[in-house]
Amino acid sequence: MRRKDLLDLYSLDRSEIEYLLDTAESFKEILRRPVKKVPTLRGRSVANLFFEPSTRTRTSFEHAAKIMSADTYSLAGSTSSLVKGETLKDTMLTLDAMGIDAYVIRHSFSGSAALAAKYVPNKPVINAGDGTHEHPTQGLLDLLTIREVKGKIDGLEVAIVGDIAHSRVARSNIWGLTKLGAKVRLIAPNTLMPAEASTLPVTIYNNLKEGLDGVDVVNILRIQLERQNEAFFPSIREYAKLFGVNAAKLSVAKPDVTVLHPGPMNRGVEIASALADDPNYSVITDQVTNGVAVRMATLFWLMGGTD
Amino acid sequence: MSGYNFENMTPSSIVLDDEEMRRAWTRVAHELLERNRGTENLVLIGILRKGAPLAERLKQSIQRIEGQEIPSGVLDISLYRDDFRTYQPKVGTTNIPFDVEGKKVVLVDDVLSTGRTVRAALGALNDLGRPAVIQLAVLVDRGHRELPIRPDFVGKNVPSSRSEFVRVSLTELEGRDTVEIFRER
Repeated sequence: MRRKDLLDLYSLDRSEIEYLLDTAESFKEILRRPVKKVPTLRGRSVANLFFEPSTRTRTSFEHAAKIMSADTYSLAGSTSSLVKGETLKDTMLTLDAMGIDAYVIRHSFSGSAALAAKYVPNKPVINAGDGTHEHPTQGLLDLLTIREVKGKIDGLEVAIVGDIAHSRVARSNIWGLTKLGAKVRLIAPNTLMPAEASTLPVTIYNNLKEGLDGVDVVNILRIQLERQNEAFFPSIREYAKLFGVNAAKLSVAKPDVTVLHPGPMNRGVEIASALADDPNYSVITDQVTNGVAVRMATLFWLMGGTD
Repeated sequence: MSGYNFENMTPSSIVLDDEEMRRAWTRVAHELLERNRGTENLVLIGILRKGAPLAERLKQSIQRIEGQEIPSGVLDISLYRDDFRTYQPKVGTTNIPFDVEGKKVVLVDDVLSTGRTVRAALGALNDLGRPAVIQLAVLVDRGHRELPIRPDFVGKNVPSSRSEFVRVSLTELEGRDTVEIFRER
């Protein structure tokens, strides 16, 4: 099936996800070249609309588009007409009228990417994170990284630890992983568990040790420190003690357990600094590399032909 | 490349069978060595997919003839095609484990027709370095060129009309060695 947009992993089927992962894997060869440029998207334009702060995702998308020879425009919330009160609709219509060919959107409202996609009926929109809904390219890069390390996804036990309630990364991971045959566990205090957790295809743990027992992969989510005053947990220190992951706490996991973190990290809070840097466990920098490849694959998929 | 539907075509006539293909391709190996005066600086690059096993066969023939192993690699050209907007290719992985700078590169493919695949391959190769020479070896040349491109080594010339299709099957991929012509019903 031909798709216009990439808004979530929830609506993709297994073969589409695998096509994107295979294509991204092929694109990694380009990242190792001395001249990192292919002419595939020459003469086409991509607008990066980031209504929420981001360094790695925005740079990663821009780098991916530039490697493919597309022209890129970065629009940040604070420097655009949005501060003058322009609506998302008018922003999209304006850029569409200029002839921009594709859009990458990050916005703090869930569903905003899908809304933006409706305003540009003939142009691809890629969701780069919408509120607490999804962040599909992050999900894809996590899948690619896990598949690279483990050689497969089918049958793996994958734990997601941390602020799941507010995490679009967690949702994209849950859908992507389960579609490819992994078993997903969520580990968090109940205050950070999403309300709909019991309806998801996951197993729920409130205890870190129990949740990590026998897992192949741990994906550790960022604790959003700015939410601390909302009292989801009593203190940073208590969270770090009960749910912060370090090498000792991983002793109950599989001996070859792999650790992922989508960044930015709070070292010493959700992840021990030594663990983040330990090459026996951590694939955090591989995730960043794979992010560029996955975004190249996404642009290629959506901006390509019609067959 | 884009997957013709051979079901809707008339039964084929065979242009090369396995024996004929073997002889033609061995001859190409000899011609290639003669033209380049041996194996010095010589490398083979197969265009994915069918150029890859054909390059590998040339490499083995050359090893048999000269007792020399020459470097070989595979080139994916889907990102360099000019028809990218009309169909969605499955992207393969370029794997060229040597520096092409200053080398005598022989590009290898199964069928040469419009020349657009070769044009894309020249673009892809150009991004990897600057070879001293680039030559082209194809199993079948069927004509209908749309670009100023010509082969240096040809297994067999197959004059064909535009309504005909040439299908190359290779043991490594399809389990048999044949070149057939199909005609649209």
